[in-house]
Formats: sequence, structure tokens, C-alpha cells
Amino acid sequence: MSTAVQENRNTVRPPESSEPEKTVVRHWRTAIIFTVLALVTLLVCAISAADDTVVFRLSETRDTIRLGDVALGSRVTGWVLAVVAICMAAVAWTAGSKGRKVPWWCTAVFWAAFVIAMLVWAVSHADSNSLSLPGLLGGSLTLAVPLIFGSMSGLLCERSGVVNIAIEGQLLFGAFSAAVAGSVSHNAWVGLLAAMLGAVLVSLVLAVFSIKYLVNQVIVGVVVNVLVSGLTGFLYSTVLSRSNVGLNAPDHLPDYAVPVLSKIPVIGPVLFDQSVIVYLMYGVVFLIWYCLTRTRWGLRTRAVGEHPKAADTLGVNVNRLRFWNVLVAGAVAGMGGAFFTLVSVSSFNKDMTAGQGYIALAALIFGRWRPFGALFAALLFGFATNLQSVLSLLGTTVPSQFLAMLPYLVTIAAVTGLVGRSRGPAASGVPYVKE
Amino acid sequence: MSSSESQQPVAPPVDGAGAASEGAAAAPVTPPWASGPEKPSLAYRFTSSPLVLSVAALIAALVVGGLLIVFTDQRVLTRMNYFFNRPSDTFEAAWKAASSAYVALFEGAIFDPHGEDWTQRIYPLTETLTIATPLIFAGLGVAISFRSGLFNIGAQGQIILGAIVAGYIGFSWHLPVAIHLILVIVGGMLGGAVWGGLVGLLKAKTGAHEVILCIMLNYVALNLVLYVLTTPGFQREGSTNPISPQIDRSAQLPRLFGDSFRLHWGFVLAILAVLLVSWMINRSTVGFRLRAVGSNPEASKTAGINVTAGYIVVMVMAGGLSGMAGVSQISGTEKVLTGDVAASFGFDAITVALLGRSKPWGTFWAGLLYGAFRAGGVAMQTNTGTNINIVLVVQSLIVLFIAAPPLVRAIFRLPDPSKTGRDKKARKASAPKAGAAQ
Repeated sequence: MSTAVQENRNTVRPPESSEPEKTVVRHWRTAIIFTVLALVTLLVCAISAADDTVVFRLSETRDTIRLGDVALGSRVTGWVLAVVAICMAAVAWTAGSKGRKVPWWCTAVFWAAFVIAMLVWAVSHADSNSLSLPGLLGGSLTLAVPLIFGSMSGLLCERSGVVNIAIEGQLLFGAFSAAVAGSVSHNAWVGLLAAMLGAVLVSLVLAVFSIKYLVNQVIVGVVVNVLVSGLTGFLYSTVLSRSNVGLNAPDHLPDYAVPVLSKIPVIGPVLFDQSVIVYLMYGVVFLIWYCLTRTRWGLRTRAVGEHPKAADTLGVNVNRLRFWNVLVAGAVAGMGGAFFTLVSVSSFNKDMTAGQGYIALAALIFGRWRPFGALFAALLFGFATNLQSVLSLLGTTVPSQFLAMLPYLVTIAAVTGLVGRSRGPAASGVPYVKE
Repeated sequence: MSSSESQQPVAPPVDGAGAASEGAAAAPVTPPWASGPEKPSLAYRFTSSPLVLSVAALIAALVVGGLLIVFTDQRVLTRMNYFFNRPSDTFEAAWKAASSAYVALFEGAIFDPHGEDWTQRIYPLTETLTIATPLIFAGLGVAISFRSGLFNIGAQGQIILGAIVAGYIGFSWHLPVAIHLILVIVGGMLGGAVWGGLVGLLKAKTGAHEVILCIMLNYVALNLVLYVLTTPGFQREGSTNPISPQIDRSAQLPRLFGDSFRLHWGFVLAILAVLLVSWMINRSTVGFRLRAVGSNPEASKTAGINVTAGYIVVMVMAGGLSGMAGVSQISGTEKVLTGDVAASFGFDAITVALLGRSKPWGTFWAGLLYGAFRAGGVAMQTNTGTNINIVLVVQSLIVLFIAAPPLVRAIFRLPDPSKTGRDKKARKASAPKAGAAQ
């Protein structure tokens, strides 16, 4: 794969008469990927499409402003979108031949066309050809919430130079503490607070072992995940499952509909008629983005993650900053853990996070270690997961396992540089020892 | 890995010459024979050895696990209500809860004295060895990648791929006895090797981090096995569950001690693999290069070792070994392919390799220990009702404690070989002399 990439990067030197120092590097990678995917679209969604009508429902019956359903002929839509995709591939080729970057609108239009074409194709092959768009998007957001909190936790750790494999453990212990504290106090807010504290405890283990005892951070992360899984599993089956103590029936966090915004068609109910934890998530992502890019703390955090020695020279206490950031990251992940037991399910179950922490890590990497990048990556992964369950409800022929693989394959493509190279903070994973 | 390696205690200089030269460096004016410190005592040498550290970590983890058992035990909790009236009741119940759990763990893992005949008494030990077999294979795979500086945590996916290929050859091809088994083994190793080699290739060619690649490929492999088990080529006829047909008799690893024990020849193959890997790492050119790349990739590159090719080779070998773990599961223990064929062996293999300090024989003993925990944990859960998850807690605590020697030393007040009282004494003694020299 990469050999192809290297071959495609021709270095062309213009004639000596013009500026001899200027070197034009031509990237064909995007164009090639676009072409291949466009041809797949053409073949699958246009040429061999079933002639069916696919209905996208834009609003539910309870909405105030109701929009009509959109009915699309699957073959016609497939052809139109395939042509659009091919045009965008052509744009990418032109940009490549001139040595320019592929314009962002071209990338956006291409992926939109590709995703919609695949969606239409998948729905047209299902038993039921009607799909609720707000349901699909709302479900995606809900599934993405723990991923977003988890990737924000990873972001805080990794930008300050500590690899956080323990997101899974933080989420799981957060979920556990939320369930127990929420049940004991009969107050979901206490549960949320307990989730944050519980995940901070997990973070504390990570911080003490990786920063104080200089144990390899990946090792600590892996082992902490096993530890939390064992501990919560043990406590769940010995203490929580005893029927006489109500330790595993927490109250739910309330839902809240923002007065005007939730009435906007399609996106209103998706974004603004949700559990309070979703609004908390908006706030946390914005706050982390603001603090990381606009404050002194953010500058120091990034410096410590990229070049701790330089930061230390300028008087930043590297290990103390890392320690505190890891703890704060725990609190953020704890909110994501609370989502499992206070919002989506009403009781704790063994290993209920089911690898979401690792997908959160993938989202962080796919989002290139940036808050909004990670946010959109997590939303994308949530979309893929929700699509899988929605399509299997509709009775599609696409194997659900392939859709489940999608986030992981996309991440592999991202880290290997197939779809835009993502490069982590330079000092991530390297313990800092003051000389 | 390098950081934890560097954490390994440095053995104190025990020979007179080394100690003398150290003393001479501290106080250059005094002749070596005058200031040479006395030989460290036997007790000191014992308490500062890595083996004692490992045992101390084991004890610490068992104590924490015991406390967990005690404080969640219903009988202990009810007696605790009148703790101040009769504290002896609480302690008695606590001791009973913890000791009965650990006794059951031991009886389920090593030797069951309540068995009617020797077969039943010795059965737990063979069960331990059976479970240890895939752990040793996969642990070796992880260990050799650790030695070359690669953090291979993808053993789970490699085991699954090995099991898929081995299983497919096992139940869909019908061949004569010896050839079939050999093909199953080769196929399984190839399956794992391809999955591992993919990580090595992508790392070598694109520089992507192997940890991320491994995590992602683990999940891809899991979904892949769930998918193939829904296809007609793999799914058992007439079954709606994701389960394959049983593999042919000719593709099975024969039992080692007859049909009353599950232990199969895979365990012998695992010992052979330990010997082979041990020779490979310590004696062969490949092993030397591998260790060189692990200790310092830049220096190895300067010395003419092809580092990127090394990554691929190591990951292929690691994948092949993990593939063997899949073979031993398919062809020795389970005999059918299911989505759960790899259980959590791939993840346990990481901790096994860590516990064994990435050395072949260390991995072997660590694999046995984990096999014992797993086999004993099942017996403990059925006999005393203590949940098996406590085993996970104890296992992970052992690794955490072993990875952080200063912590264990602080708990048990063991001496630290890198800063000993001896050195302090030497420094104190040398300080006035140095002042006098000025």
C-alpha cells in the first residue's frame, strides 16, 4: 500500500529557467482513492441497483413542524450520486496534476455523495424501504456520547504526553460508581459526581504508576483495564446482585428539550431534545477546545506533550502538569461512564462498556488529537454503529459484522496515512525524567 | 517496555574487585584494599534479588484479593455488625472466607486431596497445563516482540486468525492422519503470522504505531470470525448458532495421558516452542539482531541492521506463535470454532509476557501460573461461591506490582540495590577524606 503511495508522489522539478529551488510535490493518493470509491459507487449503486423506492422520513408524528417524507428512486439516485462522485474524483485529479491540495468542498461533497449512495443502496436491499432520518441521527448522537467523553479524556492525557489506553477502565468504573452512588442516594446527580470521582481514581492509578514509578504507560493502561474489569465484575456478582440491597437501580438523569431550538425540523430533536448529559458534552468539548488553544494552561499542556524538556527549561513543572491533566481526564471520562448507567441502561452489567473505550481511542486518533476532530470522528463512529443496528432492524443483506468493523478499518487507514496522516503528540508515551 | 526494563533492579556488585573499584572511585586517595567495603550479607543478597521481588508482588496481590473477598463476604459482613462485642467472630469468619477461597483455588489448580482415585486427584494439575498451553504460545509471541521493542498487544486477533484457518482446514478437508494434523498446524501458524505480519508491515512501511494497529486488528478479527461463522462454509449444518462443525479426528492433537484428561500434545509442543524461542533469542543471529533493535534501533541501523525488515520478521514470528495458540485451542482443547475460541488468552498473554519479563522460560512459568489461576478460579467459584473475577484482580495486581519495584520494596521494606545503606556508609566515609584532600 505504502509503496504505491511513494510511487504516486512524483517530484517534478520545473525547468531551470524558472525558480530552480521550487519543487512541486504532486499527491495522487486522494485522487486514486476517490476514483476507486467512485467506481465502486457506480458499479454497486447505479449499474446493478435494484429499481426500488426508498423513503426517508424527515419527522416523527409528535413533531410540531412536520416535513413530508422524501422518496427517492434507488436507481436514479444511485446514478446521480455516482456521477457526482466521479466529478469530484476528476476535480481531485486536476488539483493533483497542478500540485495543489484537493479543495475541502470537493472532499466534503465526495464523502457526502458516497455515504448517501451507500445508504440508499443498503436500504433499497432491505425488507423495509422506509428509514427515519431523525431516528438514525439521534441514535448516532446517543451512541457517540460516551465515545466523545472518552476521546476527550484521551485527548487531555495524550496532549500532555501520557498515553491513555485506560479509557475503557475509566468508563467502566465510572459506570459502576454511578450505578452504586445513584442507587444509594436516589439522586442521579450524585451518581454523576460519583462516576467522575470513580474514574479519577482509575486515573490516579494510571498517573501514579506511569508518572511516579515510570512504568510503561501502555502496560499500565492495559493492566488497569483488566483490573477494573475484574474488580467491577467481582463486586457486581457478589455485592450488587444480592437482591436485598438496592445497589443497582439508579435514577435516570432527566431529559430536557431546549425551548425553541428543539422545534427545528430534523436537527432540532436530534441535537436539542436530549438527556442533560448531552448538553454537558457540548460544554465539555467546547471548554477543552477553548482552554487548549486559548489559555496559558493549554499552551503549557501542548508544550509538555510535544517537547517536555523545552517546557521544563522555561519553568513548567512537567510531571505535576501531567499528573493533574490525567486526573482531570478521569473526571471527563467518568461523565461518559455515567452515561451507561444513568442514561442508556438503568443498571450496571459486567463489562457493559464493551470496548467503547478503545473506539474512543480510535476516534481520538482519527480526529487527529484535536477536540472537534475527535468529536466528529466519534459522531461518525456512532453513526456507523447505529446504522448497523437500524439496518439489521430493517432486515438488510449487508452483514452487520462488516459495519461493526468499519470504525476500526477507518482508524487503521487513518494511522497508516491512507486517508490523511494523523500524527500524535511527539512526547506521548515517553516518561519525563528530569536530569 | 524499555522503561520497565530499566526499572529492573541492578544486581549489587558482589565480587570484591567490582566493589573495590567502586570504593576507589568514591575516594581516589585511599588504596582499594583499605576502603573496600565488606561483601554484602547473604540476607541482603537474598532480599534484593528479582525473584524475591516477584514473590513479594504475588503475596501483595493475594493479600489485596483476600481483603476483597473478606469485605464482600456476607457472613463476615453480618458478624461485623457486632464487631465491638465479639471481634473474634469477625476475624474467624474473615479468615474462613479468605482461606477457603484460596484453598479451593489451590485444590482446583494443583492437587485435589478429596478425589476418589489418583486420576481425580491429579486432574486439576493437568487442567492447569491444558489452559496454560495457549497462554505459553501467545505469551512467547508477545515476549519476542517486546524484546525487539515492539508493543504487540494484538495476540488476540492473531489467535483468532490462527483458529479460523486451523479450524477450516480441520473440518472441511479430509486427509490422512499425520498430514492433516501437520497441515492444520502449518495453516494456523500462517493465519496468525499473516495477521501479525500485517502489523509489522504497516509499522515498517508507514510508521503507524503498532499499539493502535493491534487494538484495531483485534476487533477486526473478532468481527471476522463472527462473520465467517454465519457463512455456509463455516457454520455447522442445521445450526443457527455461530458454531462450526467438529474438526476431523485426524486433525486433532492426541491426548497426552488418555481420555480421562484433557491435556494434549500441544503442551509438549509449547515446551518445544519455549526451547526454540530461547535458542533463537539468545543464540541465533536473528535473535541477536532482534535484541539489538529492541535496545537501540538507531544504533542497530548504524550497525547495518535492517530495522524495518526486522519489525516485519518479528511480527511474523510473534503472529505464528500466537497462531499456534489458536491451533492448540482448536485442535487440542475445543475442537470446534466459535466466536469465543480465543477467550481472553490474547490479553492474558500480554500480562504473561510481562510477568515473565519477556524471557522464554519466564514466560513459561508465568503461563503456568496464569493457567493455574484460571483452572483454580473455576473450581473456586463452583465450590466456595467466590466469583472468578477475583482472579483477574489478583493477576493484574501482580503485574502492576512487578512493574513498579519501588512500590513493592516500600511495602515489604526490602532494600533497594541501586541506593543501598552500604553506599551511604561509603559516601559518609569518603566525604571527610575528600574534604581533607582539598
